[in-house]
Amino acid sequence: MKRNPLRTQKIAFSFLLFSTLLIVLPVGFIVAEIIIKGLPAINWQYLSDMPRQGMRAGGILPAIVGTLYLVSGAIIFALPIGVLAAIYLSEYAKDNLRNRMIKLSIVNLSGVPSVVYGLFGLALFVVFFKFGVSILSGSLTLGIMILPIIITASREALEAVPQSFREVSLSLGASKWQTIRNIVLPNAISGILTGTILGLGRAAGETAPILFTVAAFYLPRLPKSIFDQAMALPYHLYVISTQVPNVDEKIRYGTAFVLLVMVLFMNLVAIIIRSQFRKKKKW
Amino acid sequence: MRKIKEFIIEKLILLCGLASVFFVVLIFIFLIKEGLALFRVVSPLDFLFGKSWYPISEPAQLGILPLILGSLLVTFGAALISVPIGVGCAIYIAEVAPGKIKELLKVGIELLAAIPSVVIGFIGMVTLVPLVKNVFHLPTGLTALSGSIMLAFMAMPTIVSIAEDALYAVPKSYREGAFALGATHWQTIWRVSLPAASSGILAAVMLGIGRVIGETMAVMMITGNAAVIPQSILQPVRTLTATIAAEMGEAVVGSEHYFALFAIGVVLFVISFIINVSADLFLHRNK
Repeated sequence: MKRNPLRTQKIAFSFLLFSTLLIVLPVGFIVAEIIIKGLPAINWQYLSDMPRQGMRAGGILPAIVGTLYLVSGAIIFALPIGVLAAIYLSEYAKDNLRNRMIKLSIVNLSGVPSVVYGLFGLALFVVFFKFGVSILSGSLTLGIMILPIIITASREALEAVPQSFREVSLSLGASKWQTIRNIVLPNAISGILTGTILGLGRAAGETAPILFTVAAFYLPRLPKSIFDQAMALPYHLYVISTQVPNVDEKIRYGTAFVLLVMVLFMNLVAIIIRSQFRKKKKW
Repeated sequence: MRKIKEFIIEKLILLCGLASVFFVVLIFIFLIKEGLALFRVVSPLDFLFGKSWYPISEPAQLGILPLILGSLLVTFGAALISVPIGVGCAIYIAEVAPGKIKELLKVGIELLAAIPSVVIGFIGMVTLVPLVKNVFHLPTGLTALSGSIMLAFMAMPTIVSIAEDALYAVPKSYREGAFALGATHWQTIWRVSLPAASSGILAAVMLGIGRVIGETMAVMMITGNAAVIPQSILQPVRTLTATIAAEMGEAVVGSEHYFALFAIGVVLFVISFIINVSADLFLHRNK
């Protein structure tokens, strides 16, 4: 019997649709499960109170605050370095060995397992620089981890600015740096913003890099300085789901809900900024 | 004056450009510095191929073969699930899905990539683990299989988005040529688009696998963490990453155990280095 190409196509396309559904449906289930079971746990007290009774009651305020501190620290460190590195790659770099090394390093940084960042942070910041287990050590570790995200997104945004913009500015007598600052950067700002927010989301959700550099198991007060330990949302979720027995399921789902909403919200904002920008693009 | 300012700024930009190289080298140096200290007491061969991992017994036995096999088993299982599904989904998005659905799916995949691994681990613990336990009548659902299934979901977004980019990069004229010769849509995909995008798809698969090998939190929460040489996929296993994450908290700084965990870090760093460099070669071969 000769094979009917149209029937083969039908079978193949159903398989493709099936694999797509195999991804989409479980993901929908994960998000729905966390929202349905986590939302009832959320109230003002849960968000604004200290954990009590060995984390079996009370709220998650120190974990939220700790994560906000860590994420801000990471971005303060990574944003300037990342944007300047992107400027270098898009505006200055020629295709030579040094720049191939740089690109290769960025690829590598983005592939290093998160727990290896944790080891590195422990060896360099906690032990070698003697920052101790602190917000500073954790922020710097997370900052290095999100560097490739910021560089890649910013570089794409900078490279998307048409060459003619630069030429006009240079022909009017502006210097290279003036051109970059006044012409290239303002036109790339939304792409840089997208990368920054994606980096924030990644830093907020990662657990392994902060395990040995900052995370406190149970610390029912707010951190006092950047040399203080801190609780953090992802680590808190890990702790109450595996290390502490008899935690009410509602409290676990509540923590998962807050973390998931925080991370997905940042990613959605980044996606929206990007698509708005693509629509409005003037060139 | 302005010239001096420009000079300083340009040097600063160059310095930041080189920062990534600096950090990669720094990471490697610090892993090596602590990791190599182990080999004063354990030979590298005994470390890599030693069959038992009892880091706190007297004398400590620091063989990571069970951990390597644990990582391989979980990764292999996750690849088996995520590669066909991920590539299938990428083809659907790139070639078949109509405009609006395509955009929606791409956003969905991006959001899946954003779900923190600890949340994936948590969901696996409360839903999949009891399910595996009941379906296979096991004493515990914390098995390599559960780990593979959840990790497949972490590999899929990487595979889908990179494979989709590779398919998107295939020139339109290739497809038009195939259509003009009377090929069906599927024949075009199968005989033209897929072969043209093959090196990008290979890179996607490799990066997906790299993501699974390096994944830590989810795997630590659902694979049961038994450091024994795995006999079946329905057994608890322990991976390289989970070992570091679970034990570094208790290891005394400067002890054999501490150095051994750094040596595992070196192994992971080298694996991820090889995977990423070769995937990058594949990605740029077709340009």
